[in-house]
Amino acid sequence: MLAIIDYGAGNIRSVVNAFRALGAEPLVSNRPQDILKATTVVLPGVGAAGATVKSLNEQGLSEAISRVIEDGRPFFGICIGLQVLLDSTEEGGDEKCLGIIHGKVVKFPAGLKVPQMGWNQVKQVKPHKIFNGIPDNANFYFVHSYYAVPDDPDVVTGITEYGKPFCSMIAYDNVIAAQFHPEKSGEYGLKMYANFLKLAKGA
Amino acid sequence: MLTKRIIPCLDVKNGRVVKGTSFKGLRDAGDPVELASYYYKEGSDELVFLDITATPEGRKTMADIVERISEKVFIPLTVGGGISTTDDVQKMLRAGADKVSINTAAVVNPRILSEGAERFGSQCIVIAIDAKRLPGGGWQVYTHSGQKPTGIDAVKWAQKAVKLGAGEILLTSIDADGHRVGYDIELTRAVSETVSVPVIASGGAGSLEDLCKALLDGKADAVLAASIFHYEQFTIRQAKEFLRSQNIPVRL
Repeated sequence: MLAIIDYGAGNIRSVVNAFRALGAEPLVSNRPQDILKATTVVLPGVGAAGATVKSLNEQGLSEAISRVIEDGRPFFGICIGLQVLLDSTEEGGDEKCLGIIHGKVVKFPAGLKVPQMGWNQVKQVKPHKIFNGIPDNANFYFVHSYYAVPDDPDVVTGITEYGKPFCSMIAYDNVIAAQFHPEKSGEYGLKMYANFLKLAKGA
Repeated sequence: MLTKRIIPCLDVKNGRVVKGTSFKGLRDAGDPVELASYYYKEGSDELVFLDITATPEGRKTMADIVERISEKVFIPLTVGGGISTTDDVQKMLRAGADKVSINTAAVVNPRILSEGAERFGSQCIVIAIDAKRLPGGGWQVYTHSGQKPTGIDAVKWAQKAVKLGAGEILLTSIDADGHRVGYDIELTRAVSETVSVPVIASGGAGSLEDLCKALLDGKADAVLAASIFHYEQFTIRQAKEFLRSQNIPVRL
């Protein structure tokens, strides 16, 4: 069963719609017990990382997420859902995040239009099944003011240029996370979710 | 590199697209769902819907339409028109909109911007500014669909709106709108150079060169257009190919 975590912040409808369009029947829930029962978990996110972490902690979801990832279940974090996986974020001072991926989340330097809003290319720096059928440097839709800097460069699978290159996609073991929004990125975005569903089925 | 966006705008009244479109390939060019799907497949980067219905029933209809569109159109959707409270914002986001544009309500009550940004994030709060040139220089903000002068300077209002929490500016020149004479480049540049968030130029597109000028000379991040696409004067693809030939990065 595919669960999409609804911690009450952003608009998750488009994520649900995208998975439904691919034939999945996601369970949308904010209850840790549902998330712990799921075989596959998606963590969407918009808004602020600090507020998101707080909300995940309060609802007991942070523990559930850590557990799901530790268990090796397929997990996909989107946008803020990627950022909260790191140790900490500069957003709102210096907020602690879930610490599942070591590293931090930092703000784009001054002089750039922030948020970065629009379509930008994702350079595939490592081959991965999540990219099946998606050309290198395909465009995806971004909306964000902060980006992740993982300590371990090996987890970075996608890089995007905005002012300078930054990590736009992470994939290792059972964890996949994108700084962009596949659900808003047209056909290639849907293809990425389809690849994730396939991976989750062990294909 | 971040690409420049091309955004068709659909005016919707009582659930129908107005400013009649003339697509040959569509069964019903007045159906916003069908038209949105068409533009999605054509390669639009985003879509903007302006609800020009003034009644509560009309707004309910708009939410239903957004719901249906978001089930099959996987690009960002912005909805504007009649958004006057953060509850209105929430309704549209819940229906499947990614952003809402706020115009008159933000002038009347600027707190809607800060409250909206706080509740839902700046990224979904678009400040829509309708501006008209003043004889002595500068631009004045108009509200109520461009009918009511406010005495507010458009550039200063843009700065204030961003400070309050708007994450993007939809900037329409009242002088140019509907005349296909080109965007107001000076206005676009004046605002774009003074704010840190993306600016969508709107009003006046009549040719592909106009799109190009707004992006290069006006320093806009995106261009909004209605008639040049609705009447099939140009396709989205033609527009993007032209921009690319002018060395403007686009998603093709």
